[in-house]
Amino acid sequence: MLERFNMVNRFSPDADMVLTTVDQAVNLARANSLWYLLMGLACCSIELMQTGGPRADIDRFGSLFRATPRQSDLMIVAGTVTLKMAPRLRLLYDQMAEPKYVIAMGSCANCGGPFDLSYSVLRGVDKIIPVDVYLPGCPPRPEALTEALMKVQEKIKKEKYFLKKE
Amino acid sequence: MSKYSSQEMVLNMGPHHPSTHGVLRFILQTDGEMMVKATPDVGFLHRGIEKIAEKLPWQGFMPYTDRIDYVASVNCNLGYAVAVEKLAGIAVPEKAEYLRVISAELSRLGSHFIGFGALLLDLGAVTPFVHALRERETFNDLMEMLCGARLTHNYVRIGGVSYDAPAGFKEKCLAFVDHLEYEFLSEFNQLISSNTILINRLANVGVITAEEAEEYTLTGPNLRSSGVKFDLRKDDPYGIYGRFDFEVPVGTGKYGVIGDCYDRYWIRIEEVAQSCKIIRQALSQMPETGEFRTKLPKPFTVPAGEIYVRTESPRGELGYYLISDGGKNPFRVKIRTGSFSSMTIIEHISQGVMVADLVAIIGSLDVVAPEIDR
Amino acid sequence: MDHEKIAAILKSRLGLAVQSMDEMKNNDLMIVVDKKHLISAAGTLKNDPALGFSTLMNHLGVDYGDRMAVIYNLYSPTLGQKVTVKVYLEQDNPEVPSLERAFQGISWYERETYDLFGILFTGHGNLKRLLLPEDWKGHPLRKDYVYPAAYNNIETARIDMMNEMGEAKGPHV
Repeated sequence: MLERFNMVNRFSPDADMVLTTVDQAVNLARANSLWYLLMGLACCSIELMQTGGPRADIDRFGSLFRATPRQSDLMIVAGTVTLKMAPRLRLLYDQMAEPKYVIAMGSCANCGGPFDLSYSVLRGVDKIIPVDVYLPGCPPRPEALTEALMKVQEKIKKEKYFLKKE
Repeated sequence: MSKYSSQEMVLNMGPHHPSTHGVLRFILQTDGEMMVKATPDVGFLHRGIEKIAEKLPWQGFMPYTDRIDYVASVNCNLGYAVAVEKLAGIAVPEKAEYLRVISAELSRLGSHFIGFGALLLDLGAVTPFVHALRERETFNDLMEMLCGARLTHNYVRIGGVSYDAPAGFKEKCLAFVDHLEYEFLSEFNQLISSNTILINRLANVGVITAEEAEEYTLTGPNLRSSGVKFDLRKDDPYGIYGRFDFEVPVGTGKYGVIGDCYDRYWIRIEEVAQSCKIIRQALSQMPETGEFRTKLPKPFTVPAGEIYVRTESPRGELGYYLISDGGKNPFRVKIRTGSFSSMTIIEHISQGVMVADLVAIIGSLDVVAPEIDR
Repeated sequence: MDHEKIAAILKSRLGLAVQSMDEMKNNDLMIVVDKKHLISAAGTLKNDPALGFSTLMNHLGVDYGDRMAVIYNLYSPTLGQKVTVKVYLEQDNPEVPSLERAFQGISWYERETYDLFGILFTGHGNLKRLLLPEDWKGHPLRKDYVYPAAYNNIETARIDMMNEMGEAKGPHV
């Protein structure tokens, strides 16, 4: 178990101390308690709700939905963003506290999707906010969304705040 | 205003809120906790579907009809297919008609789960919503057996359906329907439906009389819960709905006045039982073998003309007005949805109610944002 | 009821208002009415006891290219029949009287037609844009609409198609 978390135990096996870096311990806590902002706009929001539902339970990753951006550190943009909604999305992203991550879920959030032919759709949410993980699908399955969440967790575990080399 | 003069506040119930009905915005003028006026501001999910229809061929528009009402996408597909078939004079094979009815009624079940589940979630009861989602997962599995997709099915095509029912579908569907009608409904009603808090929050709130409902063009369960017995499957039938024996539940003022929020919640629970009856009859009458799709000519053009066809979707009357100029693309497609007319009445019945009651009213009317905005 | 009978009743009650009448593909009746007589025709259709078309099912606008039209779909619960009422309008600055007083539920439908086509409904209490933002320019569902290249400093056109076509006629095929 200790090997998985990359913690070093230099004492005898029945000792009760481990040695690790502060970064790894803090990242472990941060990655396993990602609270996500419910940004369910269109069809992908139903798959987001099903992912929080009984079968593909996102709660086992420590994630739960928050309705307010002040308490969340992950924004899952699920659905089509129209030009009328875009300023509000940017406002909500600005209200989240650092460090924050964004998953663009579904084709509409990636690049406009099937509504690329429309006049009032923002072609990709990365035109207004920075995106960490792009998740394709129309709509993506709950298993795909948990995979995207795990990719964000991998990204978090590699971050270094305290020990910065060169 | 009361005899103590107070200051009116203007609050914003913004497009992003924890309710699950989508991106809707209300501008509330309140006098303390009582509302003076609630003005809806819609259009946050306006994707221009009607303009996109003019750029695509007739069959190519079918996936976009899924996205008009994504919780009940087979019903939206069905309306468009029936309209084009009537305009072009295309016959549908027998087995396809039965598969259409089965998938449309399954979709109605799936939509009602989200309908009353989301209402209960808005009121604060999280557990019944998870129960409803569990049943919707079985519905997703059944649709995945039929067409491969969980949410936006694109199952009904012009001239039939896209795939045949695989082996094992009939047994699984019958088991699901039996579980719903005989086990799930009694368990769910025991859990929440006669709960005192729920009755206090829903009964006698947001009463819509039958005259108001007809004047504001309400349709579907919202109209029936005000006491008007009008169901398009019986009064303006399409497909083979005439062969099935089912009842049309009407609001009876179970715990309050006829046409209040509790009636609109209870009628969806009763419609689940009726849809189960239809599915059972359709499964027993469906032929084992047969064509499931009529082959369309290439290139597919529809003769010039105009038509208006309406079908019964879980949120009301879903009507397609099609204008064809004889070409490969539609000339004009207008989609008339049930949620659009449900939104028009909110401004009228929300005068003098509390802000918390507005949440109950919107939830009981079962609106979804893409039906309003298209 | 028989179509000929309904057509005869409509002709006799509405009289000069009806410009033409024919059957649609699913055997519904379509009446073309001049816009001067629209309000009186709608009142007759709704209130006459022999007709009783009191339920408004649908309302839409159409851009035919050389002229515009507004279409109303009405249903009569007593007769069990549907009728389509069409009014042709001119292409530039189309105007038509609003039926808000006769059918209260038509208010939002007319706002949507104004928003997407630019047809003015005279006598409407609150004719503002419904679906598009307040500061949107143009009426998208017209046939000669050009997609905007940007909206409030957010670029909206598909860049690759703009480069191919030079001055973009619209980021769509």
